[in-house]
Amino acid sequence: MILVYVDHDRGEIDPLALQVVSAARGLDDDVQAVIVGPNAEKCADELGSVGVRTVHHGTHSSISDYAPLASARAVLTVMERTDPRAVLAAGTPRGSEVLAHIAAIRDLPLVTECSEITLTGPDTAEVTRARWGGNLLERSKVTGAPLLATAQAHAFAVVDEPGTAQVEAFDVPVTDADVQVGIVDRTGAAATGVGLAEAKVVISGGRGMDGPEAFAMLEELADILGGAVGCSRVVTAAGWRPHAEQVGQTGTKVAPELYLAFGISGATQHIAGCKSAKTLIAVNTDGQAPIMSHADYAVVDNLHTLLPVLIEKARAAKGA
Amino acid sequence: MEICVCIKRYPSLGSAIMLTDDGMAIDTDKLGFTLSPHEECAVEAAVQLKEEHGGTVTLISMGPEGVEEQIREQFAIGADRAIWIHSDSTDVDPQAAAKAIGDAIEADGTAFDLILLGSESADNANAQTGVRLAHRLGRPVATAVKGMTIADGVATCERAVGTMREVYQVPLPAVITVKDGLNIPRYPSVPGRIKARKKPIEEVPANLDAPRIELLGLTAPIRESKGAQDLGAGEEAADALVDVMKQIGVLS
Ligand SMILES: Cc1cc2nc3c(=O)[nH]c(=O)nc-3n(C[C@H](O)[C@H](O)[C@H](O)COP(=O)(O)OP(=O)(O)OC[C@H]3O[C@@H](n4cnc5c(N)ncnc54)[C@H](O)[C@@H]3O)c2cc1C
Ligand SMILES: Nc1ncnc2c1ncn2[C@@H]1O[C@H](COP(=O)(O)O)[C@@H](O)[C@H]1O
Repeated sequence: MILVYVDHDRGEIDPLALQVVSAARGLDDDVQAVIVGPNAEKCADELGSVGVRTVHHGTHSSISDYAPLASARAVLTVMERTDPRAVLAAGTPRGSEVLAHIAAIRDLPLVTECSEITLTGPDTAEVTRARWGGNLLERSKVTGAPLLATAQAHAFAVVDEPGTAQVEAFDVPVTDADVQVGIVDRTGAAATGVGLAEAKVVISGGRGMDGPEAFAMLEELADILGGAVGCSRVVTAAGWRPHAEQVGQTGTKVAPELYLAFGISGATQHIAGCKSAKTLIAVNTDGQAPIMSHADYAVVDNLHTLLPVLIEKARAAKGA
Repeated sequence: MEICVCIKRYPSLGSAIMLTDDGMAIDTDKLGFTLSPHEECAVEAAVQLKEEHGGTVTLISMGPEGVEEQIREQFAIGADRAIWIHSDSTDVDPQAAAKAIGDAIEADGTAFDLILLGSESADNANAQTGVRLAHRLGRPVATAVKGMTIADGVATCERAVGTMREVYQVPLPAVITVKDGLNIPRYPSVPGRIKARKKPIEEVPANLDAPRIELLGLTAPIRESKGAQDLGAGEEAADALVDVMKQIGVLS
């Protein structure tokens, strides 16, 4: 049996958890899920549709919202009862920390960012996992049972397996220390424009923008195309743009129809964030810049003179 | 405030990754080294807290010869002292690494109010050293933090999820793992660099458990150049760009 920790936010299931269920079904037909806290029972229908037949729903009067250690205790409780061969979760901040707590408490190895998992023996497994934001793949052998692993986002496709999940409620034996660190508040960043991660068009600027001023032109172009503005780390480190706009390994990963890179050289850590773009256009004065080998279309030109012309023509084309 | 920051040395990859012939490591022969933005932000946060509350900032780095370089750079922006855990590689099994760092903190004996780490290492993103260390030391932990304020012995931490922010409160002493974007790390000043030369680095051996995750090999996914189509320059390029945008359906 494979156990999956399924995260939800006040009843909204984490869509990546469905990918993890499908990854788990690749290992064993018997996939069970653990969900924790109020409103979680709403997730059971969706879990049933991807092949989960048993959902363990952990509650306790002191669990009112997500608390990492309380979730870990819930999974540990089910682990004791059901002795799973592996425990999986999505590689989100929450999935990762819940599994890290379990790994620490049980002194087990934990492999993260997996894109392939094979169980090779009663206490051995082989995995393929991403390093350097996906620029490198690692193959590793893990010794320990159960296997603890998190899945890389979008590495596993969701496979429908319609059916009904039985919900089994249980009490999570939490102490005050287990709920000491938990969500106390949420601050919704008032949505301004299009969200970077979901944008269909991302217009990014790098060091070649020479300062914050020229980003007004990227905003204008983004406005015309209904897209979002992105940037490189050089730009956020200089304070020209907020970190929320940084694309890359330590920024946001984007997967737009079109990624337009102005004055960005194409360091691996930047490419880690934009390599899923369907079409990449690079504008750079240097025709040999590394970004060119990732680009579908190249413009070797000065962005400061090109942008005003491009904006004018794009606006005219839109009106037409 | 006594603050400890765990920093790790990484090769500066640039635009291509070369592996050693046996495919077991990155060929670092021609590469420089650096820190991860996550850890740079952790050190910056520690130095800001020291400036506000007083105290000392202790760095811990585990790795072979060479890690002094990154330690001295962070001395230059304001860290005070360091513990260098000698190991053959920076690439240590995460379970063993967390234990060795915990051992070093206990042996040092400083009662750290706050221990900061990156949320995940740049090379292997194990995303677990901080949580394991917290359990080892019996401290509460918050992870992947992108905003932090400390008042009355409590750290209020924000973490980004999509366009929302989750808020957590963690009583000190605590372990907190942070992300790029927490702050804008400063550049070292010239006086900072001069002072950095004299700050103490204490060297301790690593007593590492056998790894439970055994590397079988690395591969760099084959990335064929897409053979970018040259759209020219100036007006000609602007016209061609508009055509491409229409063609792929993002401009109509
Ligand atoms: C662990 C780690 C994580 C990192 N994470 C990220 C990340 O998430 N995102 C990220 O972006 N970086 C990240 N970096 C930094 C990364 O390595 C590069 O330093 C950074 O991406 C470079 O930014 P850039 O391309 O804007 O600047 P540069 O590399 O300096 O490139 C500037 C480019 O602009 C061109 N140019 C200059 N003037 C003009 C002009 N007038 N018109 C047109 N073109 C012009 C130049 O030819 C050059 O190609 C990370 C680094 C590390 C070590
Ligand atoms: N060899 C090391 N020396 C010092 N700190 C480390 C080391 N390895 C990991 N860390 C710290 O732990 C964080 C998370 O690493 P990881 O759990 O490997 O993803 C890093 O960002 C560092 O702050």
